[in-house]
Amino acid sequence: MNKPYVRSLSKTGWFLTQPRYKRYMAREVTCLFIFAYTFLLIWGLKRLAEGPDAFQGFLNALHSPLGVLFNLAVLIAAVYHSTSWFNVTPQAMPIMRGEEFVPGNIIVGAHYAVWAVVSLIVLILGV
Amino acid sequence: MSERQIQLEVLRYNPETDSEPRYQSYSVPCLNEWVVLDALNYVKDNLDPTLSYRWSCHMAVCGSCGMMINGEPKLACKAFIHEYTDQIRVDPLANFPIERDLVTVVEDFIAKLSSVKPYLIPKEDKPISAGEFKQTPVELKKFKQYTLCINCMLCYAACPQYGLVPEFLGPAAIALAHRYNQDSRDGGRDERQEVIASDEGVWECSFVGACSEVCPKHVDPAGALQQVKVASTIDWYKEHLMPWMKK
Repeated sequence: MNKPYVRSLSKTGWFLTQPRYKRYMAREVTCLFIFAYTFLLIWGLKRLAEGPDAFQGFLNALHSPLGVLFNLAVLIAAVYHSTSWFNVTPQAMPIMRGEEFVPGNIIVGAHYAVWAVVSLIVLILGV
Repeated sequence: MSERQIQLEVLRYNPETDSEPRYQSYSVPCLNEWVVLDALNYVKDNLDPTLSYRWSCHMAVCGSCGMMINGEPKLACKAFIHEYTDQIRVDPLANFPIERDLVTVVEDFIAKLSSVKPYLIPKEDKPISAGEFKQTPVELKKFKQYTLCINCMLCYAACPQYGLVPEFLGPAAIALAHRYNQDSRDGGRDERQEVIASDEGVWECSFVGACSEVCPKHVDPAGALQQVKVASTIDWYKEHLMPWMKK
């Protein structure tokens, strides 16, 4: 007799059932911080367009404790988001050189290196 | 040889009498060298002949004895007792309907696997007299890890996306399609793309990566899916931005 019993996954709480699902959700949730930061940048542009006083107000807001806290939270989230993606790049982009696959840590390392170089350039341009 | 008394909690479901599954506990004298499958066989032979489960090779080759052991998708023949405490919970493979006890309904996976044409589709017909289709070791290396898939379905049990969206083609089927797409002797990519590059194909995957973590043969289905996404995206750009360039 066929009477299969179907177990369904909780639509809302499934990611709490396994540590690996929680890690995945952490990676996904961190993108919301980056999303929020893009709004901050657009807001900054708007204030810039409104004139020097408005833009100074925006900069003052950034330097307020709340502004610093927000930037710190976004920075932590962005670092987690980026590193978690960097670490899986060898899976998505295997590279064969000659007869061998390029070791994963070289592919990951290249991403970190490019990140470091870009950050350095931004830092130099910023100063 | 040391022996340990293990409490084996097994999810039981009899479609003829039960409206829902229930746990049944068995006290099993296990040798330290045993795997969970040995403990189940002990139950079947000595304690309860009505217990149903699938197994065949007892050496991680046939892929029949996949089940949830303490909530983790495992092959029962590869789950060593010495890695567990004195209490082990055994459930049927997650994300699949239960047929009876630890036996699940796997028709959905079989149909999905068939749909990706997981076999060589030669680029051109060649009479047998023309000889074999040759392949260099480097060409083989490109896809060899995917050939190790034993269709055990642990990756489906680990994949929350398959659990939430049953239409999702799933890790193993797409990884096997990718295996043949990568094969230098194969010419069937266009036929497979129709299925694997669809909404229910790779685009349903959000790269949780659990499939690769639980694979008992160290295949990397998650990697295969991301590679298919990259290749399908390149296809799309070629088709829409560079229509003069044929795939």
